[in-house]
Amino acid sequence: MEKKVFERPRYLKKASTHYCPGCGHSILHRLVAEVIEELGIGERTIGVPPAGCAVLAYDYIDVDMGEAPHGRGAALATGIKRVLPDRIVFSYQGDGDIAAIGTAETIHAANRGERITVIFVNNGCYGMTGGQMAPTTVTGQLSTTTPGGRVPLRDGYPVDLSEMLAVAKGTVYIERTSVTSPKNILRTKRAITKAFRTQIDGLGFSLVEVLSPCPTNWKLSPVEAARWAEETMTKTYPLKVIKDLTGTPGQDGN
Amino acid sequence: MNEKVLMRGSHVIAESAIRAGCRFYAGYPITPQNEFTEYMASAMAGLEDGTFIQAESEIAAINMVIGASMAGARAMTSSSSPGISLKQEGISFLAAQELPAVIVNTMRGGPGMGNIAPSQGDYFQATRGGGHGDYRTIVLAPGGGQELADLTGKAFDYADRYRTPVVILADGMMGQMMEPVVLHKAVDPAELPPKPWRLSGAAGRPSRYIRSLLLDIAQEEERNWKLARKYDNITREIPRAESYLTEDARLVVVACGTAARIAKGAIKRVREIGLKVGLFRPITLWPYPKRALCELSRSVREYLVFEMNTGQMVEDVKLSLEGRGNVHFYGRPGGSVATPDEIAKVVNSLYHRQRLEEES
Repeated sequence: MEKKVFERPRYLKKASTHYCPGCGHSILHRLVAEVIEELGIGERTIGVPPAGCAVLAYDYIDVDMGEAPHGRGAALATGIKRVLPDRIVFSYQGDGDIAAIGTAETIHAANRGERITVIFVNNGCYGMTGGQMAPTTVTGQLSTTTPGGRVPLRDGYPVDLSEMLAVAKGTVYIERTSVTSPKNILRTKRAITKAFRTQIDGLGFSLVEVLSPCPTNWKLSPVEAARWAEETMTKTYPLKVIKDLTGTPGQDGN
Repeated sequence: MNEKVLMRGSHVIAESAIRAGCRFYAGYPITPQNEFTEYMASAMAGLEDGTFIQAESEIAAINMVIGASMAGARAMTSSSSPGISLKQEGISFLAAQELPAVIVNTMRGGPGMGNIAPSQGDYFQATRGGGHGDYRTIVLAPGGGQELADLTGKAFDYADRYRTPVVILADGMMGQMMEPVVLHKAVDPAELPPKPWRLSGAAGRPSRYIRSLLLDIAQEEERNWKLARKYDNITREIPRAESYLTEDARLVVVACGTAARIAKGAIKRVREIGLKVGLFRPITLWPYPKRALCELSRSVREYLVFEMNTGQMVEDVKLSLEGRGNVHFYGRPGGSVATPDEIAKVVNSLYHRQRLEEES
């Protein structure tokens, strides 16, 4: 008898994505859809896509979605969640969106302990606008606006938003993962599951930061980009559980 | 049961909003409208289904309103001039995403930080859209007192009916003034017409999304035309104005909001000395009550536009009259509030300069 080992998740639309080869978004969309299905929350989940490459997330993830202005995802999600507290509300935001123009909205939603989940995609650049320096661009990294590489005392240091958010008392669960290898993809899925669970249990603010390759703007092949994320980005942004007050076992049983 | 109460203007708007079924308010401290936000904080705390959030910024507040509106709530924010400038990004999104919301602007002197005195300096900003892109917001200009209660309810009805943001333009004087008003009966939010477009989770139906990004030029053009058709309907259906002593008038003062109230006092004074002067008070600033004003031009030639700015609404008066009258202007910008006596003098001198007393 045949056994089906791989299929399209129920909450992923039957559509080809517009993402570049080697981009992390398509993997991450799939993980979000899988987790929504496994937790059985597809009929009560509302997503908030950002401005940026993932603005079209509603073309792929098959749940209700409400587009936010650039950086305002956490504020908009707050509005939805407060009106419909029994729904599961998540925002999906890039690094420029969440850690530059939307810093205030993010920090304050976290500090209020809003029962929302944030998927924070860190690819170290502004992808959709063509690879400018992002708040997360690592020191020395080339971008179209740091042609000689990022110089901290001129361009600012790389912003570690997840660590900053961990300081806020309203945050319950924050983990940084990546989608650069099967092992890391599985870790990311577990992290997203836990982040949604944190919300389902009404504990507070949860966020998963995902290091995600951007081969097009990094001007690397997909394979090289994944390696660069693993070897270079993780020096600035180590993969780890940054904060976990859920009281449930973490990755690796910790 | 309708109750007559003595309340300050800002509280009248806030209480009327709640009675109209508003259950979500997000705001940020700014003078001269803090009483409004504070009232909402207490009132929402007393409601099981009410939400009050003191936001970290004006921008966050309007975005929380976007989210609440997407989820189907009657949602509101309020601020004063500099804060309203910050909210314009969100207002543009509300218009583009066709989401209802009510925004109260208690106008103060500007530009820039300006001051905290009553002003009408934001007329252009309110009536010309305010943010980026090709859109309009419905703009209501209560004259104070009872109208604050009446128009607040209307604002929510219009917002829902047309799925568009509605701006209530008030000022610091109106917000502070204590007056007797009859509050409207409270509406049960559950009894309001359902919003079949809202985001609630795709239970038993296909998923849906609310967006404003339309990369396809043809789609974006069609959305703009769709909005334009809606604005045409609004322009046909809701213009409203008050005409006061215009039947025999040889000169009509055109003013709105607090300026109209001052003008009314001036007109009473000049009527006592036999001048035939009336008042035309637009209640909707967008859509502007063009037709009603234009009809006045059958019998009236001279118009004096009085505004608490350097001349903004005067453009709409000229556009409405299309040359069928002489339009004069008197303004007091920057938070200065003219007295009825001052306006009476201006009216008197214009009346005689135009030799209106000689007309039969």
